[in-house]
Amino acid sequence: MNAWQRFRSSYLLYSFKRDPVAVLSFSVFFFLVTVAFLAPVIAPYNPYDTTAFDILDGEIPPSWMEGGEKHFWLGTDIQGRDLYSTMLYGLRTSVIIGLGAVIFQSIVGIVIGMMSGYLGGRVDSFFMRVADIQFSIPYLIVAIIASAVFQLAFGVGRFEQLAMPLLILIIGMSEWPKYARTVRASVLGEKNKEYVEAARVIGLNSRLIMFRHILPNTMTPVLVISTIQVAQAVMSEAALSFLGLGMPITKPSLGSLINAGFEYVFSGSWWITFFPGLLLVIFTLVIILFGDWLRDVLNPKLYKG
Amino acid sequence: MFAFIVRRIIQSILVMLVISFVGFSVQHSIGDPVRDMVGIRVSAADREALRDKLGLNDPFWIQYVRFLKNALHGDLGTSYFHSKPTMDVILSKAPATLELVFGSSIIILVFTFPLGIYSALKPRSWLSRFVMGASTVGVAVPVFLTAIALIYVFGVELNWLPAYGRGETVNVWGWDSGMLTLDGIKHLILPSVALSSIMLPLYIRLIRSEMMEVLETEYIKFAWAKGLHRSRIWFVHAFKNTLLPVVTVFGVEIGILFAFTLLTETVFQWQGMGFMFLEAVERSDTALLVAYLMVVGGMFVVINTLVDIVYGFINPMVRIAGAK
Repeated sequence: MNAWQRFRSSYLLYSFKRDPVAVLSFSVFFFLVTVAFLAPVIAPYNPYDTTAFDILDGEIPPSWMEGGEKHFWLGTDIQGRDLYSTMLYGLRTSVIIGLGAVIFQSIVGIVIGMMSGYLGGRVDSFFMRVADIQFSIPYLIVAIIASAVFQLAFGVGRFEQLAMPLLILIIGMSEWPKYARTVRASVLGEKNKEYVEAARVIGLNSRLIMFRHILPNTMTPVLVISTIQVAQAVMSEAALSFLGLGMPITKPSLGSLINAGFEYVFSGSWWITFFPGLLLVIFTLVIILFGDWLRDVLNPKLYKG
Repeated sequence: MFAFIVRRIIQSILVMLVISFVGFSVQHSIGDPVRDMVGIRVSAADREALRDKLGLNDPFWIQYVRFLKNALHGDLGTSYFHSKPTMDVILSKAPATLELVFGSSIIILVFTFPLGIYSALKPRSWLSRFVMGASTVGVAVPVFLTAIALIYVFGVELNWLPAYGRGETVNVWGWDSGMLTLDGIKHLILPSVALSSIMLPLYIRLIRSEMMEVLETEYIKFAWAKGLHRSRIWFVHAFKNTLLPVVTVFGVEIGILFAFTLLTETVFQWQGMGFMFLEAVERSDTALLVAYLMVVGGMFVVINTLVDIVYGFINPMVRIAGAK
């Protein structure tokens, strides 16, 4: 039986199909991610192309309102960019940073958690103390201070150029202890099982045992926390950008769009903040709902941390 | 117990050393006190002389030890924008932030307990369903959107409450309090509600699930069998055991609340520590940034140590688990 057939007859898919909330939230999530990555194809305008927009078009309301124009469906932002196109590009930026940060933190966390759990001893106590220290300060404070330091160290111009990889790095580094602890806890449960002993008896080296044999068995809790972590990372990115410590307005993300529109909300241009905000809420909400469902189905004994 | 406290305190001192090392490294690599002090119209030779005088050409470790010594005396350098010791700047901004955290803690306590307990006792009623649904959505709404919405509705459209700043403050023994004037309290309402919105959903869910778990236990079943009145079972026997985990989590969550004041203060132009920090970043005020890092780090270390020690008193298992 190949992997596809096994997946088709699995309990996971069966319960997925029976849960309308899970199906709906996953469909919306899939749709939004697809649309985000197809932004250059779908979007009628390119917000990165400075010749394509005109500041005289700034603050045009959505097309159904008075003063709206047909070709700017959701209106324009302050710089005269089509809001709909800018949001699509912004969503793409947010998705890339969210997924990138989660991939980064899961790799760091899994390697450290695996080593702490399997090797134990000094390695374990060193990494777990470091994780404790970082855990004692909220991740948002760590991320905010780290991006402030980077911004001062690089200068604003250089920071804006490097913003995307830096944000992935910052958000990733502020969240790795969660993965390390989760993986460590399940490694501790796995490492005394018979299959590990058997692997050790036939003389496999530790690295092979850790990453070929134990790792696949620790993937369930990792999968569960990953969905929530993506939502968390997207929200962290939005928070940092909102504070002006993340993506610059020339390379919009959802957070920086909200930030840019915020000053104009009270003079009546509510749409610049409202639509990106709504998109951000919908996007994180569907991830959270899907993550809740996944946790209930897989129901691993999550390490409370 | 004594050994546990000593171990915990040694650990927190080590953490403080790590934080101070990070802070000093930041200051050492990106801060330039000479520029902060003299500006650009001073010759290179004079600068070099000043650097020598200030000991900025000393080896890294000697400077670090000096930094530590000063920090222990409460001297974390001088903010070049405010031209005041950074500690004074931070302390003058601290009351605003603390009052904001205090205000939203009250809102959280007042709302979460009744709602959480009610939705645990009557999980099928429409109010419980509404509360649970709203708290699911609430988790996904970032605090700055809540804040903007609150300002828009109550500050601009309805014009009920002021949307910016702290209003009138009264100085009580060096503490600029906004909680003693009507105007100050009016200004406090919207920011506190916005800030509490991040914790309300999580907390209602926590209280609900803890309460539901307790209601399933044997001793509650026994209490029913004994024929006790249901209000006694619910509010005396079950509630007491719900409280313990909730109180512990609250100690930690106050820290998270504090982190989100940065966002709330930005939206409401609230003159607190978070607002000051972001201004310091904009002005490249490295000394103030490092001082903020040290103060906030120290605060979290103290809070965590206290929570652990209190928890050690309540729950002996923690003391044993931590021992080697």
